[in-house]
Amino acid sequence: MSDATPRPRGEPGQPPSLFPPYRSTVLRSPREPLVRIPPTLTELTGPAGTWDALMGPAIADLTRHGRGPGVALGQRIVVTGRVLDEDARPVPDTVVEIWQANAAGRYIHRGDQWNAPLDPNFTGTGRVVTDGGGRYRFTTIRPGAYPWGNHRNAWRPAHIHLSLLGPAFATRLVTQLYFPDDPLIEIDPIANAVPMPYRNRLVARFDIDVTEPNHALGYVFDLVLRGRDATPWEA
Amino acid sequence: MSDAPEGLRRTAPRADNQDPALFGQTPWQTVGPFFHYGLPWKGGADLVGASGIGARPDLFPAEHDVLHLAPPRGPVTGEVVALVGTVFDGEGKPVPDAMIEIWGANAAGRYHGEADTRTGIPLDPGFIGFGRAAVDARGGFRFLTLRPGRVPLAPGDDRRQAPHLAVGVFGRGLIKRLATRLYFADSEGNGDDPVLALVPEARRRTLLAPRIAEEPPTYRFDIVLCGDGETVFFDL
Repeated sequence: MSDATPRPRGEPGQPPSLFPPYRSTVLRSPREPLVRIPPTLTELTGPAGTWDALMGPAIADLTRHGRGPGVALGQRIVVTGRVLDEDARPVPDTVVEIWQANAAGRYIHRGDQWNAPLDPNFTGTGRVVTDGGGRYRFTTIRPGAYPWGNHRNAWRPAHIHLSLLGPAFATRLVTQLYFPDDPLIEIDPIANAVPMPYRNRLVARFDIDVTEPNHALGYVFDLVLRGRDATPWEA
Repeated sequence: MSDAPEGLRRTAPRADNQDPALFGQTPWQTVGPFFHYGLPWKGGADLVGASGIGARPDLFPAEHDVLHLAPPRGPVTGEVVALVGTVFDGEGKPVPDAMIEIWGANAAGRYHGEADTRTGIPLDPGFIGFGRAAVDARGGFRFLTLRPGRVPLAPGDDRRQAPHLAVGVFGRGLIKRLATRLYFADSEGNGDDPVLALVPEARRRTLLAPRIAEEPPTYRFDIVLCGDGETVFFDL
């Protein structure tokens, strides 16, 4: 049997669960050490290739996703990139789900009650499946920054939430994309839970070649999922 | 129209997502409190039927309700069970903005998808085995799924695991997913399950869901994120 002593995995680029500057972590993060287990068949498998039956069909253009014929307000952008594993191999046919605030920094969610306008032509959620090269692509609008209650005068940097499953239960990833040159990143407790230089992995790059002439600014953001752990079970 | 003038760089060098020196696992970030209009689809908590449970359309305006309603997938083979529970924080208060995911084998003990190569065990055309539910305003969740069959420990290792579901917990204040497992307290195989054996004995009970009702058999799996009675979470 394997070593029964729980030990942390030790990936330096991953944030801790407990990060007191982000206050909500204090009562919502385990105090006991995580119990390390080698991957079993359960963690090596996942619901691949069934996305339409689960989350639903693709929504790739968030700018035309209100109930009416109108178009969302704000700076139109393309967000694209590749989903890769830790050996830089593409991860094809995996779902990428996103959700975000509108151009004014307001979510359509009832829990978001700050004084910024809703946009009837913008819902702010999308999903696509990666192609054979692991590529994904969304058209959306650049979200605004918004205040939150973590501490006095706290503002979240503009961000897009992303959720990926990858090929297995163990490869699950939920993260946030930030925009270059945003001064709020370095004073944001959630972004700061990731130590430098790894925090920069969360910052998209503006790319003039992805930018569509007379249409939308382009940003590139690759996502790197965990590889498979080679640590075997001892019989 | 001509391209950019000669001598102008097209992209400035900087340390960001595209810097080869920084290549590696993308760091986790929390789902935050506002995921309900995007992540949990209608029916995400019903893995065996066609009900819409699992979503929270009460949390955003109807004109922005674009959540998918999972289509009927046909009959399933096996015993339907209900899994209920509440997510609690370190002060014993319910967590109203958490999200739960489950992943389980079918009744015959086969996982959906190509990664489970044991073709001699039947797939269930009506069953995928993956579910997702936003908790309700009191931190509660309810899944309907199949009692999973027993599966081998790992490829090439035929020791059997007790019936179980992989469980992921997300929410505001959870920077990373917390991974745990639900075992059925009244099931065979718990005593020699190789994963349970790695858990300190005094804490194993946090993973063993007691049967609390019938029709369908209903198991209670409360999740304590922090403090007294803290649920065992795994480093996968």
